[in-house]
Order: sequence, then C-alpha cells, then structure tokens
Amino acid sequence: MDKIRFATAWLAGCSGCHMSFLDLDEWLIELAQRVEVVYSPVACDLKDYPENVDVCLVEGGVANQDNLELAHQIRDRTKILVSFGDCAVTANVPGMRNMLGGSDPVLKRAYLELADSGAQLPHAPGIVPDLLDQVLPLHQVIPVDIYMPGCPPSADRIKATLEPLLRGEMPQMAGRDMIKFG
Amino acid sequence: MTVKTLKIDDIDVAIAAGSTILQAAQEASIPIPTLCHLEGLTPVAACRMCMVEIEGTSKLFPACVTEVGEGMVVSTNTPKLQGYRRMNVELLFAEGNHVCAICVANDNCELQDLAVEVGIDHSRFPYQFPKRSIDLSHPQFGIDHNRCILCTRCVRVCDEVEGAHVWDVAQRGSACHITSGMDQPWGEVSACTSCGKCVDACPTGAIFHKGETTGEKQRDREKLAFLMNAREHQQWTR
Repeated sequence: MDKIRFATAWLAGCSGCHMSFLDLDEWLIELAQRVEVVYSPVACDLKDYPENVDVCLVEGGVANQDNLELAHQIRDRTKILVSFGDCAVTANVPGMRNMLGGSDPVLKRAYLELADSGAQLPHAPGIVPDLLDQVLPLHQVIPVDIYMPGCPPSADRIKATLEPLLRGEMPQMAGRDMIKFG
Repeated sequence: MTVKTLKIDDIDVAIAAGSTILQAAQEASIPIPTLCHLEGLTPVAACRMCMVEIEGTSKLFPACVTEVGEGMVVSTNTPKLQGYRRMNVELLFAEGNHVCAICVANDNCELQDLAVEVGIDHSRFPYQFPKRSIDLSHPQFGIDHNRCILCTRCVRVCDEVEGAHVWDVAQRGSACHITSGMDQPWGEVSACTSCGKCVDACPTGAIFHKGETTGEKQRDREKLAFLMNAREHQQWTR
C-alpha cells in the first residue's frame, strides 16, 4: 500500500497546535514511517501545497486573503481535512478582533491608536496580505471532515485522531478527552 | 401527603404531588441536563436544557417547572431531545463570545461541560461576535458580559438568598443583558454586600473574583448548598 500523503497547515493561529503536534515525541517517528509528509510548517520544506493529499491538519482561523486562498487550495487537493484546534473550529482568540467590527477599526486600533511611535497603517500590496473583515472558523469557508477542538489539542488527542485515520477509519470525536474546547 | 405515580424512561416513580418532573427524575437517579437550575433557587426554565417529552402531546416541557401528574409517561433522552439540546448549546456558544482558552472558568465551567456532554465538536451556527462590555468597577469582583448566558442565577441568588437584589435583566432579544442596581456600574451599587454568592452561582466565567486568571476561577458551591439547606430545612450542618 502506498504511504498516506500527510500535510499540516498553519492559518491564523499561534502555532501552538503545531507545538502540541511536536509533543507527540517518539510517536512522530512511528508516524513518519507510516506517512509521507508532503507539506507542513514543521516537517517539510515545500512551499506550495501539493495535489492528492490524503490527510491534512489545518490550524488556525481564516483571517486574511492568504489564509482564504490556502484554505481553498487545501480543500481542493485534500481527501480528509481536519479542523485542527480551537482557532480553526471557533475562530477563538484571533476571532476576538471581530468584536471591533471590520478590518479598518482593527488596523487603526493596532497600528495607530496603540502605536508608541511612528504610527502608520501597514501597506505593502502583494507582500502583506489584506485582512478579511472577520476572522472565520474554517468550516464557514470550506467543508471540513473532522473537527478536533482544543487550545491546543493535547498530543494524546492528536494521536487518538490520527491513529484511526492511518488505519483508514474515521476517529470517534466524542467525550471530554476528544472534544473539550479550551 | 398525596403521592403521584408516573413513568420516566420506563422507570416507575412515586413522588409527592406538587413536585417537578426534574425532582422526580433526580429521585429515580435519571439524569436530565440542566444549566439555569440551581438547587434552592426558584426555577425559571430559562436555558431549555431540561426539556422532556410527555406522552399524549407533541409539545416539549421544561422538567424544572413542570409538575408531575398521575400516570404521566415522560421521556428524557430521545433522539429528538438530544438533537434539540445540542442545538441549544451550540446557539449559546454562537450567541456570546465564549473563548474557553482564555477564560477564568476553563475546565471549571458548566457550559463547557454541557458542550462535551451533548457532543459538540463545532457550532453549526455562525458566531455572532456581539460587542459586549466588562464591568470591573467592583473592588473584589468583575462581570464579563461576553461570557454570560443569561441563566439569571446571579439575579435569583442575590434576591432570594442574600436579599440584596443587586442584579436584574435589562432589555430584550440580542440586547438582553444582566444589569446591576439602577443600571449603574456594579461598584457603585450600595445594595451590594460583596458576599460573592453571584460568583459562586455563575455557571460560566461571567462573574469572577478579580485576580483570577485563565482556568483559576474558584466557586464555593458548597456554601450555597449549605445556606439553602439551612433556610429550607433548618439544618445548619455542613
């Protein structure tokens, strides 16, 4: 059997879910033997999301144009997409800017009102991606196959989600150990 | 004492007339999820978690305020009820700003526990991200309306147990919120005795002790249980 083509991606999140993924410690070695890592900020150098990915863990909410484009790319090229952690599932902490309204008040608050010196709005078209008006949970932008909440999901929860997938089965996302937010 | 007999989830239960379905279920060790209910306070059926089905009618009834009747046949955990309960908790999450990761009540929250119990791994309803305020004017406590689910336990415990009636419910619909005194900052309400019963009663992290940070909220629910038992049964034991 061909190895499972495995990816992880990082949208608007703190990378804590990926840190928790690295907390899988020695199980990562076992995982590495059973999958081919084709895209990941922590385990692969490729910059473009490839075709025909079997499983992808997507950390973070959808906060800017780059996130939005990558989210659609991932969905188009991935069989099983896992909404990975509270930011992806609920928008979580990045989503707290939504209470300020659209992207303009957020940028003004961050770069003008709270600036110590040299207050100016960031403007670098093509380099700094535009903010979306609202940070959205992943499933409001693209269909999601599995939801793995947690801030971050513990290494045990990540392992319990991935293990059945490696056997070709869907994980049971139920009970405190698997779905507690926060 | 008149006794009513009824069937709850196929279990025969006999209980004093005037009791609620929730009390009868508790008597028979049949779990019904609750959120706004707090033993000793007047039930208000605000949260709709305890809805049950009664044979002979398609209407759902809140177990906490519905009196038992002779020969009643009650179901507490049908697929229909499970579906509504999950939807109900998802709506609570979508309506407020519940960020468990940075909440004082993380791992010690009845809303978070209910989400696990009813099997929520995500909300099917778009989050509203309402603009809500935080009142830190009280020297010892704070109220963060982002985390409030309008269960009104604070209103009832302050009115019925402490007798101070600091809290009330203001406005309606999505503007509905808990307010203090004559719509004043909490710290300016002279009726407040700073007893902290609202902190103990609050199911989420909405009302908290100042200085508590993520996951640190302490509640003395036993103090409330002791006070209520003392008032109702004159038993001053802890």
